Amino acid sequence: MGKTGRIFNIQRFSIHDGPGIRTIVFFKGCYMRCAWCCNPESQRFEIETMVENGNDKVVGRDVTVEEIMPEILADKPFYRRSGGGVTLSGGEILCQPEFAAELLKACKAAGLHTAVESTAIASFDKIEMILPYLDLYLMDVKHMDSEKHKEYTGQPNERILENAKKIAKSGVELIIRTPVVPTFNDTAEDIRAISKFAASLEGVKEYHLLPYHRLGQDKYAGLDRNYALKEIEPPTREKMEFLLSVAEESGLKCQIGG
Amino acid sequence: MEQLKFCIEKSERIQKLIDALYEKMPEIESARGMLVTESYKATEALPIILRRSAAFAHILRHIPIVIRDNELIVGSATIAPRGCQVFPEYSFEWLEAEFDTVATRAADPFYIADKTKGELHEAYKYWKGKTNSDLAQSNMAPEAFAAFTKHNIFTPGNYFYNGIGHVCVQYDKVLAKGYRGIIAEAEAAQAKLDVSDGDYVQRNNFLEAVIESCEAVIEYAHRYAELALDMAKKEKNPARQAELAKIARNCARVPEYPARDFHEACQSFWFVQLLLQVESSGHSISPGRFDKYMYPYYKKDKDAGKLTLEQAQELLDCIWVKLNDINKVRDAASADGFAGYGMFQNLIVGGQDEHGIDSTNDLSYMCLEAAMHVPLPQPSISIRVHNGTPDDLMLKAGALTRLGTGLPAYYNDEVIIPSIMSRGLTLEDARDYCIIGCVEPQKPGKTDGWHDAAFFNMCRPLELVFSNGVDKGVQIGPQTGDVTKMTSFDEFYNAYKTQQSYFIKLLVNANNAIDAAHATRCPLPFQSCMVDDCIARGKSLQEGGAIYNFTGPQGFGIANNTDGLLAIKQLVFAEKKVTMAEFKAALEANYGYGLTGAAAERVTAEIVTELAKQGIETTADVIRTVYTEVTTAASLDPQRKARFQEIKRLIDETCPKYGNDIYEADMFARDVANTYTKEVEKYSNFRGGKFQAGLYPVSANVPLGGQTGATPDGRLAFTPVADGIGPASGRDVKGPTATANSVAKLEQDVASNGTLLNQKFHPSALQGMSGLTKFTSLIRSYFDQKGMHMQFNVVTRETLLDAQKNPEKYKTLVVRVAGYSALFTTLSKSLQDDIINRTQQGW
Repeated sequence: MGKTGRIFNIQRFSIHDGPGIRTIVFFKGCYMRCAWCCNPESQRFEIETMVENGNDKVVGRDVTVEEIMPEILADKPFYRRSGGGVTLSGGEILCQPEFAAELLKACKAAGLHTAVESTAIASFDKIEMILPYLDLYLMDVKHMDSEKHKEYTGQPNERILENAKKIAKSGVELIIRTPVVPTFNDTAEDIRAISKFAASLEGVKEYHLLPYHRLGQDKYAGLDRNYALKEIEPPTREKMEFLLSVAEESGLKCQIGG
Repeated sequence: MEQLKFCIEKSERIQKLIDALYEKMPEIESARGMLVTESYKATEALPIILRRSAAFAHILRHIPIVIRDNELIVGSATIAPRGCQVFPEYSFEWLEAEFDTVATRAADPFYIADKTKGELHEAYKYWKGKTNSDLAQSNMAPEAFAAFTKHNIFTPGNYFYNGIGHVCVQYDKVLAKGYRGIIAEAEAAQAKLDVSDGDYVQRNNFLEAVIESCEAVIEYAHRYAELALDMAKKEKNPARQAELAKIARNCARVPEYPARDFHEACQSFWFVQLLLQVESSGHSISPGRFDKYMYPYYKKDKDAGKLTLEQAQELLDCIWVKLNDINKVRDAASADGFAGYGMFQNLIVGGQDEHGIDSTNDLSYMCLEAAMHVPLPQPSISIRVHNGTPDDLMLKAGALTRLGTGLPAYYNDEVIIPSIMSRGLTLEDARDYCIIGCVEPQKPGKTDGWHDAAFFNMCRPLELVFSNGVDKGVQIGPQTGDVTKMTSFDEFYNAYKTQQSYFIKLLVNANNAIDAAHATRCPLPFQSCMVDDCIARGKSLQEGGAIYNFTGPQGFGIANNTDGLLAIKQLVFAEKKVTMAEFKAALEANYGYGLTGAAAERVTAEIVTELAKQGIETTADVIRTVYTEVTTAASLDPQRKARFQEIKRLIDETCPKYGNDIYEADMFARDVANTYTKEVEKYSNFRGGKFQAGLYPVSANVPLGGQTGATPDGRLAFTPVADGIGPASGRDVKGPTATANSVAKLEQDVASNGTLLNQKFHPSALQGMSGLTKFTSLIRSYFDQKGMHMQFNVVTRETLLDAQKNPEKYKTLVVRVAGYSALFTTLSKSLQDDIINRTQQGW
């Protein structure tokens, strides 16, 4: 014990990131730079200052598993009633695989349901470190076209797709999710391709479409960064319903939202 | 995907009834006021109990009656929809003083015609010195009266000015036996009396009064039967004609005789509910376990194929509309405290029966459906939750919550049953509890609970520690010593307890003084004949006729006092960063901040009045100068100002706050709450029962906060005090699960008169069946940890802001205020702001 990890938030009563009522531990640092990211303060590994409501706020702190377990366990009565648990999110948790593994192990030992939100963009040995302590992998697949993927996220997608297959084989429950971002991946072709891929994965039963939102926009200004998608409107309800019907062609159980 | 149960289409009739009800501003009518005066003038030679029944009978014989368009359930207290009658036997001066302002005031305005004013002026001449509140005042110790009226430590104003209400009667008995049956019961009791009994006269008079009251009710229903018949004859539309004919048959039959079908049962219920609120002005006349006592009539018709789900639902919906037809005018200050035309008619579904078996039935669901069809403040619908409550009922309740009317309120059987058993209820009676008014549990049909006995502002005794018991230049509290010389936190905390205990004593005196006045001047024979054991004992509820007698004054301000005491402990005694003298000065200077809003205007007016008294000419310039000073505190020495603001910053940023799942802070809050609850329960009341504390402010945390200076938790002067047993406004930053964990640490079962936890959600947190499932598991988890009550505001901030700007667009927007739901646009601006500012929880 005693390995430290860098996180920037612990959010209790989260209801859109896995089953039941959950606590999310947000890891700091990410391999990708998605233009729509609603947590831009999660991207850099360095501890930094963000202006929030006119005040400086330090984003990022180093913690040990022991330090944060009490806060995670505080909502155990709620997990028990709702079938919830803990979700590690980010950032990209695979930037800190040892810490992620140690935290998940402690949560499992405490009898909690565990999940991660991750793009699986890391060498598979890092993923293998967390799989033994994991109940649910919520994995983003943002685009099937590697070049377009790289253009909008800074990274190609080959390794992501390859890892998806391996995670599926491992037997851990896997749900594929796509943030639907207008102009990037909101056509029927885009969604059809991703959902088809998801359906081809062994044991995958669910596919979730997450509508793009702008709630993170103010944070860019707070970090003195430029928000590239200023002109983009969130997809309409009708558009999402349409894409849902496209996704359902894959035969998977599909839904809008997490 | 799972489906919600009992989704039934709303009939067109219901919307028409709602629209007609809300067409106009409610109106004050004079009929009852004039009739009660006439009767009292004619009965001066009679004992009070018979004067009461004579007046009730006189009113019911002559009060104008009306059947409104489209109604299936009839009976209205006023000709104008949502109108109100007046009750001068309780008090009248406040209304007379407000004749010219009641139509334009901020909270709960009422139209009053000039003719009505004239008639009431005339009637009021009779009542000077003869009212219930006149007697209550003379019964009260002068220091208690001063603490109530001059120093705002507590207010028992509700029962001081009005009837008691706060009862759930035996609706089941009326449905099953009719008033004919109750008359027979009274006659049988009379037959058992022996003329030589010491209390023969008193008992016999009471039973005579019961009989006279019941006969009057029967006669009143017959007036409706005749009216319906008459209207049916003139009606051209054959469908409506048939409805009126059925109404006529119903009113000829019930409530005189037992109800034979569901429609009759609904009509019978309604006469009981209505007439309790004509006999007395007490609010919180609560239908209680409606789904339980109405079910046999529903089931019989349903099984016989005589009633469809849709027909049954329409009748329920009609009752829901009618419950909003009853209204009450209060004085301006009380209207702020009970804002939103609240009548607090609490109707509860689900829970266990006397044997501990889940009693959920079709009507439990259909009552929740009715609340969706009729999204109005009445009734306050509640749901009892126990470990065996079906998930389907929880989901249905969650779907109602999602609509954002603040309904239903959720109650935890697993805490409430043992809690009220600890007050002497039998296991069977405790399992059959219902909720009265806002959040107060009682055994229906056996209890006079005096549940809403007073508001006690716990922040005021803490203020008095700083002034050594002096308020407005008068020594009103004990001398607990010079605060700046206190050497330990315990010494300070004990001083607070000493102040508070003293005022609880005065509160008890005030309550018992009022209680005695009601027994002397306003005993209620009609209400009493439906609560055991009044008939057998031969005395009214007000004289102690009930089996269970309580007095329940409610304290509030736990969060502010907890945070404030913790701040003093840390900054003054542990860290020594602030001296007590500095703390005291900072509070007096409102932490170096100016006042805002109504408080600034009020304080300016006070200062200007004082200047005028001293002979200083109060020109516009003078007023402007005073106002500027009040709002900016500009003349304060800049260094001191900066220091005071720094002290507030230290409190805000470095001291622990209740409501964030911090074990030590929460356990201290538990202790602070117990300083009130465990002191109150030491006392006995006028009717031979005990005091029991509640912890909830209704909406009085706003107006009473408006009379409370800056508090040591960093709260600025005259702003609202914390709501319910929840964290102080904006102090909970860890979300709803952390708040629930914190609040569950309080010893809620000791507050057997009820507790209240408001939470606010954005509607998207309850989206879909998955959202509803998670939402209901949040409630169950809080209840697993011994939470007692929980209620929710689900409405967007944007909606509320827009409603403030465009009230005409939101005439029927309902929000949960405290223990009840109210029309948002009728609330005062400051209360609207408070609701908007409550931490928006969700994610």
